[in-house]
Amino acid sequence: MRVDVNALLGAYPFRKVPGTSPDALLQAMDRVAIDEAWVSHLPSLFWRAPGDGNAWLYETTARQSRFKPVPAVHPGLAGWELALGEAADRGAPVVRCDPTHYGLEPTGPEMRVLVAACGAARLPLMLAVRLEDARQRHPNDRAPELSAAAVRALIRSDEDVRLVITHADRAFIEEVHFGSTPEEAARLWWDVSWIWGPPEDHLATLLETIGVHRFVFGTGQPLRLPETSVAKLDLLDLATEQRAAIESENATRGLAG
Amino acid sequence: MLIDVHAHFYHDRTLRADWRERNASRLRAGERIGITTHVASILGSFGRTSPTYFPSPADLEYGNNALIGLEHTHPDRIRGYVTVNPNYATHARVEIQRGLAAGMIGIKLAASRRASDPLLDPICELARERGVPVLHHVWQHRRRDWPGQEASDAVELCALAARHPDVRFILAHIGGGGDWQHSLAALARIPNVAVDLSGSGVDGGMLESCLAAVGVERLVWGTDLTMDTGWAKLRYLERLLAPKELELVRWKNAARLFPHGVFPSD
Repeated sequence: MRVDVNALLGAYPFRKVPGTSPDALLQAMDRVAIDEAWVSHLPSLFWRAPGDGNAWLYETTARQSRFKPVPAVHPGLAGWELALGEAADRGAPVVRCDPTHYGLEPTGPEMRVLVAACGAARLPLMLAVRLEDARQRHPNDRAPELSAAAVRALIRSDEDVRLVITHADRAFIEEVHFGSTPEEAARLWWDVSWIWGPPEDHLATLLETIGVHRFVFGTGQPLRLPETSVAKLDLLDLATEQRAAIESENATRGLAG
Repeated sequence: MLIDVHAHFYHDRTLRADWRERNASRLRAGERIGITTHVASILGSFGRTSPTYFPSPADLEYGNNALIGLEHTHPDRIRGYVTVNPNYATHARVEIQRGLAAGMIGIKLAASRRASDPLLDPICELARERGVPVLHHVWQHRRRDWPGQEASDAVELCALAARHPDVRFILAHIGGGGDWQHSLAALARIPNVAVDLSGSGVDGGMLESCLAAVGVERLVWGTDLTMDTGWAKLRYLERLLAPKELELVRWKNAARLFPHGVFPSD
């Protein structure tokens, strides 16, 4: 069983990306043996009202049992609590918020209220550090990357919230993990999509220093080739149970609480 | 056969206390991936006693010697580029001759001097005489100067390549960050520049764009600092290309760039 917690559907505004349709995502999943994908609606990440993409997302994921919806919640817009409630009602495994794209301060009052609401609803919150390498972003793609300080502040702001952080590198993960109490760190999960394999061996190091149970399988597809996350696991000497933990169980059991 | 045209190794006089582990990790991962030959470079002291991208002559000699030593230790696995700094023009030519005489098979230019600068011409002339390729570090669309390097982009490398049509150039790490579409647009009309697919970038659509821009005959496989992304791109290409085309990217194109006979089944 392999679950991709970090997949995207729909067009990207800053460059032509192939394979953004539901059918194409399914083909890519088959190509690399991904059984289930948690999917976000990529275009609405850039909309003024990101929740406007949720209806399409629910409709699309309802038609395909291998997809699970990751709806967007914008805590600066009136009615966001309804979006959170709908996510819970529809069985979303997580909700996402991209504060820097929405023009929100990542540790501002809106985000703290959302974090508390996610904690109360027992619904994990997904945050992306970035979508693309900063060096290649379009000149008009200027939303700041999420900072490690913001993640530390958010995990401290509510004792029940669980955060899933995607597209983080080793330095970011170490800064947050070792800058948190063990109790706080136990409510953080990291997707492996942006962590380097050999010869730098960042992922191997993190699995040793932080532990297998904090990591979930994610790809960032179709912006990134999903083969990468599989390859970096194939380059490790993981026991069967360790690999299963990363590829599915940490997401479907650990994260689900 | 699988040739990695863009590898690096470390030595005892770099900033890396874990240099042995990193070297061993590259070789171990290479075995798992199936890499036949790592064609590598060492950029001086990688910042310990001179900057990585502005290495001193003494650091260059030490690094090149370390790589020659690795070639001797792993003659069936490792081949080397001679790394030089064009600002030390005389030293660069002497060091290239010395490195090639010791068995190295190419020239590595990092980011010590803009690619379009005339100081690179004597180096390219030597590359032509000796029939070896030049692997040039490239920032994919350099919109400004970046600290720590005098980086070049594809337009600047193509200006150099146009002045030296008989020299074979390799544009480094198309996936190494930056706007690879800018690079591909520049490369289309300059036939003596091959595209090295290495780098941490694994953007969806990048490999298709490479094929469309320069064709399969000008793509060479590599890893640079992230072997997982290199393997991922290779796996994707296995689905994208016919077996004969895949062989070109895996090793045949690289074998054409380097002197005949330097690879095991070449």
